[in-house]
Amino acid sequence: MTTSAITASGLRKAYQDTVVLDGIDLEVPAGTIFSLLGPNGAGKTTTVNVLTTLIKADTGTVRVAGYDVATEAKAVRAAIGVTGQFAAVDELLTGQENLQLMVDLNRIPTGDGRKVVAGLLERFQLTESAQKPVSTYSGGMRRKLDLAMTLVGNPRIIFLDEPTTGLDPRSRRTMWAIIRDLVADGVTIFLTTQYLDEADQLADRVAVLDHGRLVAQGTPDELKRQIPGTHVRLRFSTAEELDAAARIMPESTRDDDTLTLQVPSDGGTKSVRGLLDRLDEYALSAEEFSVRTPDLDDVFLALTGHTTEVAAK
Amino acid sequence: MKSPSMVMLRRNVKHIARNPMTVFNAVLMPVVVMLMFVYVFGDAFSVGVDYVDYATPGLLLLAVCYGLGSVAVSVNSDMTKGIINRFKVMDVPRSAVLTGHVIASLLTNLLAIAAIIGVAFLLGFSPSASALDWLGVIGVVALLGFAAGWLTIALGLAAKSPETAGLASVPLVMLPFFSSAIAPTDTMGPGVRQFAEYQPFTPIIETLRGLLNGTPTAGDVVPAIAWCAGIALVGYLWASSTFTKRA
Repeated sequence: MTTSAITASGLRKAYQDTVVLDGIDLEVPAGTIFSLLGPNGAGKTTTVNVLTTLIKADTGTVRVAGYDVATEAKAVRAAIGVTGQFAAVDELLTGQENLQLMVDLNRIPTGDGRKVVAGLLERFQLTESAQKPVSTYSGGMRRKLDLAMTLVGNPRIIFLDEPTTGLDPRSRRTMWAIIRDLVADGVTIFLTTQYLDEADQLADRVAVLDHGRLVAQGTPDELKRQIPGTHVRLRFSTAEELDAAARIMPESTRDDDTLTLQVPSDGGTKSVRGLLDRLDEYALSAEEFSVRTPDLDDVFLALTGHTTEVAAK
Repeated sequence: MKSPSMVMLRRNVKHIARNPMTVFNAVLMPVVVMLMFVYVFGDAFSVGVDYVDYATPGLLLLAVCYGLGSVAVSVNSDMTKGIINRFKVMDVPRSAVLTGHVIASLLTNLLAIAAIIGVAFLLGFSPSASALDWLGVIGVVALLGFAAGWLTIALGLAAKSPETAGLASVPLVMLPFFSSAIAPTDTMGPGVRQFAEYQPFTPIIETLRGLLNGTPTAGDVVPAIAWCAGIALVGYLWASSTFTKRA
């Protein structure tokens, strides 16, 4: 077993005239979380589909778990687990039957299979709903069941395509905790997301995908260094007030058109209080006050010069 | 050890059993249509024989077709909800997924034709078929169910949504009416008559009719089997290639 769980080089894929992947190179060391970050339409799902043997790339090579996806697809499939963008659960079956289906397809002997099902139900807090049809499950429960089904064969490499899109904050946090537990067991995770904070929270390495191209790659910290940090935005009612405020806060950047001042700040209460005290001292008051943390849009603006809206077209 | 095809079949059978609409469409609807035609309209048709004897073979075929609508919808929802993708990225023979659907559909068909034959006897059906002819009837119906099943699965895989999948199977439900199922083709208007004479269902129905009368003729049997084989082949190839390509 090599130390790389996934390697891809020169991946290209086009549908008719539309280029979806335009030369993707990536490497994911075993036992780490790799996150592919990008807006809708960037090519995240296509990348996952190529890496998981669902579709063939036009050119380029991919090795997953040491096997070539084009020529050794069967061996790749035996090594991976995939949770797609939408919970692929069988609504007419119960939670337990869904897991049993995976047990049977993985050809796990009956006795062990029962233990696997009970264990996963317990681990994902689905034991109480195990006998109910999945059509009665909430979105968060479906996602959990979906992931539990992926884990049945005990895969060493797991692909998660936008695992928290559409989940409420609480379910999202539960999902993050589950993902962290998996990596603690030595599993490799390939995760796609639209959320900068999700990549930041989970990933060891992040690659930013835009129009089928990787525009940046690195650790979350390396990536964040390339983009504007958290700052406080102050809007004033007159140009004189803006002038005065800019003078007392030389570290800020001003925008004369909108009469706003951007002051770098970590957004914590202490630094915000300090900032407000300074304004008070000079008898200045701002019309509007807001704290901004960088999101995917800022990443894109900094890395590509356009926002995600443009990228999604 | 359970084979993947058996696992898939069991899943599909559970689906059918838990979805009363499927059973209603596949088994009860054909019986309702039968009662309607035989009881309500039957005496108005002059077909030379007792109407129930005339209509039963066509209704057998109709029963097969009615079962297919829900097959297209269930295959399509597997496709659009990502369940097929889930199976495709597992180390499971890819044929198992579709085989499960075909066999489940065939079992529903057999249930439906058993119901039709049962009701036919209650309505005074008096076939003159030998045991061998009966075997032939079951064989032809199973062959048709198999062929139309593959075609329906292909339609279900290719359709954009479960709604369009349901719509795509409507022609299959309508075609029996434009054949010799309900009324002899020579009583139909021009255009419709030629269509009815040459469409695939007519030789299949005539084969069933011949077998149930104890007088099958090669002129019907050969085209009937050829049509079934052709439809099965086209359906199978189309379904397999859509299954492989669509992700």
